[in-house]
Amino acid sequence: MLSQYAFILIMAAIALVLPLAAIILGHILGPRRPDAVKNAVYESGVETIGDTWVQFRAQYYLIGLVFVVFDVEAIFLFPIAIAYSQLSLFAVFATIFFIVLLVIGLLYDWRKGALEWQ
Amino acid sequence: MVPLTGYLLVGAFLFSAGLYGALARKNAIAVLMSIELMLNAANINLVAFWRYGDTPADLTGQVFAVLIIALAAAEAAVGLALIISVYRERKTVDLDELDLLAG
Amino acid sequence: MPELPPLPTISQLVFTGFALFTCASALGVVLARNLFHGALALVATLFGVAGLYVMLEAEFLAVSQVLVYVGAIATLITFAIMLTRSMMYGKTSPLNRQWGKTGLFAVMIFLALYGFVGSIPWADSAPAVLADESMIAALGVEFVTNYVVAFEVMGLLLLVALVGAVMLARDNN
Repeated sequence: MLSQYAFILIMAAIALVLPLAAIILGHILGPRRPDAVKNAVYESGVETIGDTWVQFRAQYYLIGLVFVVFDVEAIFLFPIAIAYSQLSLFAVFATIFFIVLLVIGLLYDWRKGALEWQ
Repeated sequence: MVPLTGYLLVGAFLFSAGLYGALARKNAIAVLMSIELMLNAANINLVAFWRYGDTPADLTGQVFAVLIIALAAAEAAVGLALIISVYRERKTVDLDELDLLAG
Repeated sequence: MPELPPLPTISQLVFTGFALFTCASALGVVLARNLFHGALALVATLFGVAGLYVMLEAEFLAVSQVLVYVGAIATLITFAIMLTRSMMYGKTSPLNRQWGKTGLFAVMIFLALYGFVGSIPWADSAPAVLADESMIAALGVEFVTNYVVAFEVMGLLLLVALVGAVMLARDNN
């Protein structure tokens, strides 16, 4: 059974080696004559102002946060969905209770406006 | 077949590296990343012992590993939110400078 | 002619590759001066651990690892690094005063664990496991029968994380 994963491993190896080989060969074989214009960030655009690492907005973090929690929820619900035909009524209610807990959290965030883009 | 010792040693290495990072780094986010390493070390041990145990049909090890992954997600979410909140207040995430409670 | 040790099997070779990759990138996480490089090394470490899970025939965990850790937690960490402008490296050392003692301590812990793990004759082989689909279904049954309390508490924990983290991270102005 484990040997089926050999194909994935081989594909991952090829996917790593091909671009690396292209980059390294380009580095070795390509001629390099840099000048000021070629080294500019945009060869024919507007010069950037300030630092590249600008301050990002906390809004990105809030959206990512909600995503993380529902990602974890998916991890729990997937095995239960696979086992659905073997479950008792109690198990179904336990799962519904789990989902309701997270929906409460989602409703809270929604009411507080954490999902709106300000 | 790979002996169980191999997995346990990888877990021990990840734990030691995470311990060093958690105690020696100044940046709060780096400390959090090191804690994630230590949680992963625990998970490797749980899954390895589940696999090499006498009854792999008993899935306790895997259940615990899934719970730890979920716990790590919640911990990272709240921990990073705390760090962002502290940064907004003090403009730094350097743990050496966050000494408001130091005597 | 002296007897040579047996050649490593393919699974042993693959395991060694994954183990070295994981350990090397874990070192990268704690030693990188640039925090963003550390975060990238963390992603590599998490992928390596997912590979180890596949070798342990815990496919569901490997997928969970990639989905939650690599897909979500690593993204959050990257956002947090950008938000707190922690990229300002190189001006001061990323380590605090106690790094020397701590390093010694961590090495000693690893050597102690190494000696302890090496001294016990663990099993060299493992019993066969179920086919994957029935194993994932069995995991689902475990969640809602034996571990139903842990499952519900985890739901509560996620609710607290959802509410608490949004309250903490929101810009009140």
